[in-house]
Amino acid sequence: MVKTHIAKTLNNALEILNSGTYRIVAGGTDMLIQNRSHTGLPIAYKDDVIYINLIDELDYIKEDSKNIYIGATTRLETILRSEKAPNILKDIIHEMAGPGIRHTATLAGNIGNASPAGDSLVALYVLGASIKCQSIDNTRTVKIMDFIQGVRKIDLKSNEMITEIIIAKQDFTRVIFKKVAPRLSDAISKLSFVGAIKIIDNIVEDFRIALGAVSITVVRNEEIENKYRGMPLQEFKDNIDSVISDYEPIIKPIDDQRSNKEYRKHVALNLIKDFIIKS
Amino acid sequence: MTEIKFKLNGKKQVIKSNPNRRLLDVLREDFDLTGSKEGCGEGECGACSVLLNGQIANSCCIPLANVDGQDIVTIEGFSKTKEYQVIKDSFAEAGGVQCGFCTPGMIIATQSLLNENPHPSDYEIKIGLSGNLCRCTGYNLIIKSVKLAAKDGDDLW
Repeated sequence: MVKTHIAKTLNNALEILNSGTYRIVAGGTDMLIQNRSHTGLPIAYKDDVIYINLIDELDYIKEDSKNIYIGATTRLETILRSEKAPNILKDIIHEMAGPGIRHTATLAGNIGNASPAGDSLVALYVLGASIKCQSIDNTRTVKIMDFIQGVRKIDLKSNEMITEIIIAKQDFTRVIFKKVAPRLSDAISKLSFVGAIKIIDNIVEDFRIALGAVSITVVRNEEIENKYRGMPLQEFKDNIDSVISDYEPIIKPIDDQRSNKEYRKHVALNLIKDFIIKS
Repeated sequence: MTEIKFKLNGKKQVIKSNPNRRLLDVLREDFDLTGSKEGCGEGECGACSVLLNGQIANSCCIPLANVDGQDIVTIEGFSKTKEYQVIKDSFAEAGGVQCGFCTPGMIIATQSLLNENPHPSDYEIKIGLSGNLCRCTGYNLIIKSVKLAAKDGDDLW
């Protein structure tokens, strides 16, 4: 039987994490399914477990003049109802699962789970969110694009846990989220898309695209984005074929039970095209 | 084995159990509260819905560990309230029940919704019930039932 701890304070959690290797469980809504057992039997975890969802001190949404700070045990529904949370993140959470799951699941859990189809991740990539990782003797902050390294692979040491998500406050002229899935709630994305653009005096000051479920991690490419930043809007629109051919090679979806690679790639490129045309 | 203390249907409970059990199994097996059903077992159908601190939650996706110190109300506990009577009568009157398997979850979802939003629009009802599946009614009659409950129980929520 695996060893199980229930941490109720951050200090307690960090001490436990320092004493061995544990699977960290917040709301558990993904972990329970990944380690699902037969009805009536305990969850079949393969590793020792530390539960952190009852750490109240990490249940917050704060802000200062520059950033929004979301604690690791803040539930998705709390973020959805917060006036401080960025609208694009709320738009996405609105389409994540149903209210019953959103009342227990966390944003930090969706990040730690590091699924290429993790819906919140596309927004966090476009917003350039940072992840605060804490151990008993160190605190560091990592950009989400560096934190997520592959399918369920994250840059987290065994004595660390995610304690906070930091999102810089920023203005865009237009931000669009599109989830391609068979139903509004409770569906894992075939693919997901976030596009953000900032236009000042008809110049593309900022342009960002993130795509989910089309590669081993969410796809965002700042090199391509930089190519079009500073361009007059009309010229940017005239270059639509060039933008599409830039993105074409980095969109590498797979076939699975939800969709196939041809469909995913076609729709991903169409969403980029549509976003530019309507900007 | 870990000692877990929580409030269940208004009563304090202390149990010694494996914290990695699902709340749904604990409710059904240890407390004989079989109103919460296992449908999909992965948080998609809402048949296992309970109120966690007054808000709908899927008990099939809650480890017992996360219940420590929390307040759980199942359909059995909720059935002793005035709010339940109004919702039950409205589901009966508007035809929101057919086979009945989803009904405890639908009623919990209705309570969670009306508690936060006593006069929801059709769209808000659809969002409030979006985590609960019904394979019989086609949902229209359930939406009608929720609207009737909101009207009849005007002063309750």
